[in-house]
Amino acid sequence: MTQAATETLPITSASDIVAVRQKTRELAIQLKFTLVDQTKMVTAASELARNALEHGKGGSCQIEVVKNGVREGLRLMFQDHGPGIADLDLAMRDGYTTGGGLGLGLSGSKRLVNDFEIHSMPGQGTTVTITRWK
Amino acid sequence: MERIPILRMGNYLLVTIQVDMHDRLAMTLQDDLTQQISKTGAIGVLIDISSLEIVDSFIGRTLANIAAMARVLDAETVVVGMQPAVAITLVELGMSLPGVRTALNVESGMELLQTSRGSFARGMQDDSSGN
Repeated sequence: MTQAATETLPITSASDIVAVRQKTRELAIQLKFTLVDQTKMVTAASELARNALEHGKGGSCQIEVVKNGVREGLRLMFQDHGPGIADLDLAMRDGYTTGGGLGLGLSGSKRLVNDFEIHSMPGQGTTVTITRWK
Repeated sequence: MERIPILRMGNYLLVTIQVDMHDRLAMTLQDDLTQQISKTGAIGVLIDISSLEIVDSFIGRTLANIAAMARVLDAETVVVGMQPAVAITLVELGMSLPGVRTALNVESGMELLQTSRGSFARGMQDDSSGN
């Protein structure tokens, strides 16, 4: 059993969001995710990549296939170098936005995955890690 | 510059989105469509998204904006062909596309556009239904 290598994609432009979506889709298909699961993971990836670009002034997405016993999953870690989030509870609320968006990026993508972790410190950027298990 | 083609058929504008749209392309489509409605006097816009493998909050918001702008310009918009997996994901994400009319396929979408026009009362009913 070989472990797929970790891959890191830059997020510095709108077309990088598309690249993150495509890579996520490719790995989700490799893992034989159902179409609905693929779609959820790709959509969550798109939301978080856009967050990293728009609120985080760019960053990166690390994609890896993970294993927990016999279970396989796809894990994405988004890191940005933005201003960070002072109030995480508020940021996770549906409809809360500091940009011009709908405020569904964080709260919505959390609903689309199995595991969701967010770490942020004002002035030190934000890291969001999501995992969807097969 | 990359653009999504807009076809004109009589009083209607037809758009088929066949690429994985980046955000700027979606914004360009919104601008182009609004301009075309104004220029051609189109009364209906049909947007086929059957090739779209995801609709995230940005694309969803763009579709809602197009529908709202078209309405202000006296044109109806129907979004057709959403894949079931996309519908499931979109609702779970928290977007149910309020204000956007949908149909299962191009045929029923065109039918919807043709029948909704002329019945001025429909808009009135919609307005009063919230009371």
